Amino acid sequence: MLSINREQKLNLLIIVVILALPSAALWLQEPFYITLMTKVVILALAGVGLNLALGLGGLVSFGHAAFFGIGGYVAGILASHAFNDEWLFSFFGLQVSGSSSMLLIWLLAIIVAAIIAAVIGYFSLRTQGVYFIMITLAFAQMIYYFAIAWPAYGGEDGLSIYVRNQLLSLNTADPMIFFAICFILLMAALALVSMLRNSHFGAALQAARQNEQRLAAIGIRPFGIKLTAFVISAAITALAGALFADLNRFVSPDMLSWHTSGEIMIFVILGGVGRLMGPIVGAALYVLFEYYLGGITEHWGLFLGILLLTVVLFARGGIVGLIAGELKHE
Amino acid sequence: MSDCILQIKNLCKKFGELKATDGLNLDLRPGEIHAVIGPNGAGKSTLIKQICGELAPDSGSIEFLSHDITALDVAARAKLGLGRTFQISSLLLEYSALRNVMLAVQGFRGASYQMFTPMAWDSSLREVAMQALTEVGLQQRGDVSAAQLSHGERRQLEIALVLALQPKAFILDEPMAGMGAEGSKKLTEFLDQLRHRAPILLVEHDMDAVFSLADRISVLVYGKIIFTGSVADVRNNAQVRAAYLGEE
Amino acid sequence: MPLTLLFEQLLNSLQFGMMLFLMSAGLTLVFGVMGLINLAHGVLYMVGAFACAIVASLTGSFWLGLVASLIAAAMAGALVEIGVIRKLYQRDHLDQVLATYALILIFSEATRWLFGSFPLYLDVPQILATPINLFGWFYYSSYRLFIIFVGLVVAVGLYWLIVKTRLGMRIRAGATDREMIAALGVDIRTLYTLVFALGAGLAGLAGALLGALQSVEVGMGDSVLILAFVVIVIGGIGSIKGAFIGAMLVGLVDTMGRFLLPELLALFLTPESAASIGGALSSVAIYILMAVILVVKPKGLVSANA
Ligand SMILES: Nc1ncnc2c1ncn2[C@@H]1O[C@H](COP(=O)(O)OP(=O)(O)OP(=O)(O)O)[C@@H](O)[C@H]1O
Ligand SMILES: [Mg+2]
Repeated sequence: MLSINREQKLNLLIIVVILALPSAALWLQEPFYITLMTKVVILALAGVGLNLALGLGGLVSFGHAAFFGIGGYVAGILASHAFNDEWLFSFFGLQVSGSSSMLLIWLLAIIVAAIIAAVIGYFSLRTQGVYFIMITLAFAQMIYYFAIAWPAYGGEDGLSIYVRNQLLSLNTADPMIFFAICFILLMAALALVSMLRNSHFGAALQAARQNEQRLAAIGIRPFGIKLTAFVISAAITALAGALFADLNRFVSPDMLSWHTSGEIMIFVILGGVGRLMGPIVGAALYVLFEYYLGGITEHWGLFLGILLLTVVLFARGGIVGLIAGELKHE
Repeated sequence: MSDCILQIKNLCKKFGELKATDGLNLDLRPGEIHAVIGPNGAGKSTLIKQICGELAPDSGSIEFLSHDITALDVAARAKLGLGRTFQISSLLLEYSALRNVMLAVQGFRGASYQMFTPMAWDSSLREVAMQALTEVGLQQRGDVSAAQLSHGERRQLEIALVLALQPKAFILDEPMAGMGAEGSKKLTEFLDQLRHRAPILLVEHDMDAVFSLADRISVLVYGKIIFTGSVADVRNNAQVRAAYLGEE
Repeated sequence: MPLTLLFEQLLNSLQFGMMLFLMSAGLTLVFGVMGLINLAHGVLYMVGAFACAIVASLTGSFWLGLVASLIAAAMAGALVEIGVIRKLYQRDHLDQVLATYALILIFSEATRWLFGSFPLYLDVPQILATPINLFGWFYYSSYRLFIIFVGLVVAVGLYWLIVKTRLGMRIRAGATDREMIAALGVDIRTLYTLVFALGAGLAGLAGALLGALQSVEVGMGDSVLILAFVVIVIGGIGSIKGAFIGAMLVGLVDTMGRFLLPELLALFLTPESAASIGGALSSVAIYILMAVILVVKPKGLVSANA
């Protein structure tokens, strides 16, 4: 089956455009646009994470800002300790230092988010429907308020990363190089999600969205499947958070706020729930609104709201759905 | 009787004041078809839900293959070998018929955490699933999504799903419901053969099917088994006729 | 610790709880009757506060402002219900969340556009401006006492409305069996609009009452909205009684947590760490409370339709 369908064509086009725009900006010597595209790519990555839980598993998590923010804080905290040359913690002779290595930061962001997601998921997934939505929201709020109230890492004011973290021997301060790093991670995450979607696990996960009763009756426990998906989803979003902190060289409780959860959800929905590339389209549209409309009027949120409302009410497949038609299995 | 496949002791379940299951005892022996009949609302589906773990009983115990399974959840019981069908078809509507069955085979094999290979490429999964579809006569309809199957075909798919689980006991909740005369006849013949694979607990309103298939029949009224016996016993029992077959 | 301080904090808990109840009653009612999860509820709180502040500054009367807050929020609610919310009853929760989130964006930005980003000024009315002497030995803000009073009146009023009146009977029927009530010939659309407007009005009232204590600005409804969610999740979504119990619990745990936890920790820790850990812990106390309650009772304390 080498013929490709409409959605696959669209996907290719999207990747080409994402690569072409920063290259053009580089050529025109407009580094700002490279940064803007980097932002699109990172937000898209956060959306790709949520899309795994939301699109495939039907888990309407309204708390993914928690994982985005955790990723950000892991980057910020490790970097600040490395920068100030202080121990991250020292405990009965066991001393751990901070780090400005992106690889280490990513790994830790993923691990920490996965552990917290396992706890949050364990409690939240015992509930259904609205309860799940509200509980994930509440857990995220809990972390948000904790970050505000905990004075060690800047509290409400957040935490600055004075120099962008390091990856191997690359010059990460170069916008194009940082873009490339983010882009490669996005592609890796897309490959992972696409692989999961088609796998045995993915089949069970999408079945959990459709009919849990049936899934249990054929001997597959929905809880475990959903929890696994939730944890992987959180880890991807946390990775995005770590990159976002490096992009802005700053983390603050804003990354953890429920508006952020809403925004990550918007990326997924504007693009099209459960569509592989949906979050990229959604994030691009969002940044486009924020940047271009934001340049014209400070009330661009109003228009974003109207767009979102229109999509929800009249175009339920999102933008990808409008172009590529309904979602199909296999 | 320790050679029972399934043994239910003193099962009770109340919905508010309604005793849906009221001190119920029942067993299923190797090789038999044990039919449970009873008027609408007698508590047949409620019984099946407790056997399969969808509802927790208030008291009593359920033993399956000499394990006490009363505290196990649905998936665990299914893994032990309880294969059930639903009175109202419960399918994965977005998936094709074949994919529905493939997932059931996957559940049986415990392969649901394989993340690295596409399910569609798993040819052994596909073959076994296709076999089950062929057995119920859906081999031509494998690519059609479950949502687009006719009502009768959905009932057939329910059966294919339970076949794929290779259960040690079949628990069938009104498999004939809405099948039509022709379909019911075929399914009756099919179930007659199926008993050689595993015993069947059959809840059914279609009396022709019950009388031609059952080795034993239990009559359930208001949550209680009021009588258990052979087809002939049931036909001749005055109490049963009054309670249930009276209108015939 | 002086007894009066403890007593004051208890009353503050009660006042906070009452405000949360005003906020959650509508939220839980709308979910119980229409099955809708409404994030835009916090916006109606804001609308009420703005209406009150504007009318109060135009007329000089807080009381007229209070009436205006009820009317404005109820009308905004009715309009939103007719224009948007109605289309969402048949949709899944995801669509409801997103559409009502979009409403937040629209309302917040529109308000900011109209009134700017600076907080409006709303003062406590003259006669409630001075503390009142309770039991001869204890002074307490008469305005906060007034809020407690309003909360109680609303609680009793809602109870009466739902249990004793025809409208309430229909609401209860609507919550359990939509087809049945439609078959009875009750105009279900109007009923839904009424319920929504009622919830909106109460949220607006809460906004106006609290607006005089805090500031009247865009976004003021956000944090309250989430607290209201915690309340109704704890209480059991759809139950007014649950919302009341949940609101009292959250009010108590939050207020007393902030007050007591740092003091308690100071017994074991240095003052600085007691303050910072205590502060962090108390700000998440209600979420821990919620998690614990849900482990024990996944559907909240009171099951719906009570
Ligand atoms: N979840 C529930 N809550 C309350 N009552 C229930 C519930 N499930 C079933 N019932 C009631 O329990 C009784 C038994 O229901 P059940 O579905 O087991 O009957 P049944 O014998 O399968 O009937 P039918 O032949 O119509 O399928 C009925 O009166 C039904 O209304
Ligand atoms: Mg039944």
